[in-house]
Amino acid sequence: MSGGNYYIPDSSRYPIFAASSLFLLVMGAGGTINGTDNGSTILYIGFVSMLTTLFFWFRTVVKEHLAGLDSAQLKKSYVFGMAWFIFSEVMFFAAFFGALFYVRNFAVPWLAGEGEKGLAIEFVRDMGVDFWNGFQNTWPVLTTPDQGAAYTTPHKSMSFPGWSHLVEWLPLWNTIILLSSSVTVHFAHLGLKSGSRKKFNVWLGFTVGLAIIFLGLQAAEYYEAYAHYGLKLNSGIYGSTFFMLTGFHGFHVFLGCIMLSTMLARSVFFNHFEAHDHFGFEAASWYWHFVDVVWVMLFFFVYII
Amino acid sequence: MSAVVENHHDDHHHGPAKGLKRWLYTTNHKDIGTLYLWFSFAMFLIGGVMALVIRAELFQPGMQIVEPEFYNQMLTLHGLIMVFGAVMPAFVGLANWLVPMMIGAPDMALPRMNNLSFWILPFAFFVLLSSLFMDGGAPNFGWTFYAPLSTTYAPPSTTFFIFSVHIMGASSIMGSINVIVTIMNMRAPGITLMKMPLFVWAWLITAYLLIAVMPVLAGAVTMMLMDIHFGTSFFNAAGGGDPVLFQHIFWFFGHPEVYIMILPAFGIVSHIVETFSRKQLFGYSSMVWAMLSIAILSFVVWAHHMFTVGMPLAAELFFMWATMLIAVPTGVKVFNWVATMFKGSITFEVPMLFACAFIVLFTLGGFSGLMVAIVPADFQYHDTYFVVAHFHYVLVPGSVFSIMAAVYFWIPKWTGNMYDERLGRLHFWLSFIGVNVTFFPQHFIGLAGMPRRYPDYALQFADWNMVSSVGAFLFGFSQILFLFIVLKTVMGGKKATSEVWEGARGLEWTVESPAPYHTFTVPPKIN
Repeated sequence: MSGGNYYIPDSSRYPIFAASSLFLLVMGAGGTINGTDNGSTILYIGFVSMLTTLFFWFRTVVKEHLAGLDSAQLKKSYVFGMAWFIFSEVMFFAAFFGALFYVRNFAVPWLAGEGEKGLAIEFVRDMGVDFWNGFQNTWPVLTTPDQGAAYTTPHKSMSFPGWSHLVEWLPLWNTIILLSSSVTVHFAHLGLKSGSRKKFNVWLGFTVGLAIIFLGLQAAEYYEAYAHYGLKLNSGIYGSTFFMLTGFHGFHVFLGCIMLSTMLARSVFFNHFEAHDHFGFEAASWYWHFVDVVWVMLFFFVYII
Repeated sequence: MSAVVENHHDDHHHGPAKGLKRWLYTTNHKDIGTLYLWFSFAMFLIGGVMALVIRAELFQPGMQIVEPEFYNQMLTLHGLIMVFGAVMPAFVGLANWLVPMMIGAPDMALPRMNNLSFWILPFAFFVLLSSLFMDGGAPNFGWTFYAPLSTTYAPPSTTFFIFSVHIMGASSIMGSINVIVTIMNMRAPGITLMKMPLFVWAWLITAYLLIAVMPVLAGAVTMMLMDIHFGTSFFNAAGGGDPVLFQHIFWFFGHPEVYIMILPAFGIVSHIVETFSRKQLFGYSSMVWAMLSIAILSFVVWAHHMFTVGMPLAAELFFMWATMLIAVPTGVKVFNWVATMFKGSITFEVPMLFACAFIVLFTLGGFSGLMVAIVPADFQYHDTYFVVAHFHYVLVPGSVFSIMAAVYFWIPKWTGNMYDERLGRLHFWLSFIGVNVTFFPQHFIGLAGMPRRYPDYALQFADWNMVSSVGAFLFGFSQILFLFIVLKTVMGGKKATSEVWEGARGLEWTVESPAPYHTFTVPPKIN
């Protein structure tokens, strides 16, 4: 700390530990995927050291806060920082949504010979070349252009199954669960602001519970896809977009769940957070609302239309 | 309580720590700025050696020095290292050094994350460079890593390339969040947005672009990873995907990325031009609005990189006109720099020499950019050396010259010593001549039809290629002089005053030279 009001730690060991853990993590992940010796061991070490570093780093930040080292201005830095971090996450999902829109509106119709660029494929076919003849422009794409030569062909998609099957359609339940969890996390926030720790703990507990149920149902949904529908990651573009979008979303739900659980534990075991001072929790709840919004987009673009 | 908080006992300890620990554990924006700048210079030399391998092979037609496979790896790594390792970190280093001092802040807003942003980079580039020694060699598909070259036909080391891009992206995002938060939250009272120095404005906009597009790049390489190893078909038409999808996603990142590499340069040049013209900058607010317009437009022009790939006509026309629209705010900037110099009492110290060269040569690169923006003309220029000449003109005498100008301009503030003016001028002229001899002839061979990215070429291109290679070696070796000048300035030299340059404007010139380890721990009073 250097004299002013704004807390600046003189030095810290955590960043270099985090950077080296990240290094081990990527060397290990690359090695594991490429099948080199010790790849998975390095991955494991990197993972554990990353988690350990993050744990102690966050613990230090919390303790600095409790020691009163931070100011209103520093808190504002955290607020801005979290907001822009969430914006970067939005752009990450934008890449995958963009891919979905592109294949649905352009690539698949063109491959089926429709539209301006489809003319080129029609032209090739007219010359008698077997260029994925018979591929139809439908969404979801169940049969790939190569007629499933290199990809597994599912016999059913995850899309809206019709009104008669509405009740047993998992994504609908997941939507209800996740939307409710956004409401319960808001109730927890209101409880905290009104000074009731009990309300906060109970509603936050509900939220974490709903998060876990959501993840359980997503797992059931994936099991259903793999075991009963034949829909896999390698089922062509539909499987690719479906699993990557829902998978990354599920992973973010998992992260959000860990954040909320951490906040719950901090409140239950350490009595952290005050009615006027609880940005750690607020940041986690913003993240939670963000994964909720992504899910609404997913529900609409991946499952319904 | 003191035991739980790191270094709490160091409350009254103001100087840097000793030895290696200072650099590993530092949270000081000046230390981290220095680390970024030296890292960038090291990468500039490594990427430069790769460029010289390329130019040595192209000195004559036929295959003389390297295998075609290795040539492709050099080409790829040269681009990646110069973009992600040299130019971007140099600007982040300058932001670290200058932004807090320019806005009267005690440090960056999130000092520990600042350290993490830097230290990820050496690891990321170690991973990338280690791919040279892996089975099948380094990535060989060009810095744009188009699918299916980077998926179906890629070497195994691509996995490591993908992960190194991931962590570089994480570093950039954290660095940018830090810059934005610092600018939004740490300005001394009285520095309103429209009173910020232009370098600060430029970086605010750049950081926003980075946060918006680095995650998209992460998405693109993630899709590659999944396509290569886990059976998805994002970029494979046999599964219903499209290799062109890769190009769209990549350039949605890539076009804002090229502005990320030029906006901070605009800021730097504005400061230097006004200082050495001894006049207030002409058209400050139009400069800000021009940068904002350029940043916003950068999101709707990406497909001009892919005119020949197959797009509906309406899309080609839209991207052509949107691209040409960017010439308007860019023209505003060039006009304002010239208007600032108009009737100024100008002196040509080394930073001003580089800044003037920047204005002329960047404009030249901008004009060739307009040429390639015209769809029917681009069908001829696409994938020729004309494009290589175009983007090297905006990147080398553009971005790189602005970085060198910035180093000469602010190094007295950093080290407390003046650089050697005579050697600096020699460095400038060697670089200026080297750059033009290298890249100007590439316009000719490009227009004559020489395709880019090949290790060999037809005989009619021989003369200009030889000239270009001579220029490249001249430019490359003059950078050793630059290293020498910087080291000499660090070691000693004429002492610099606080103001350094006559009439220099800005808070950084109010602190002594060298700038103390901690500046503005209490916000300065601004009138």
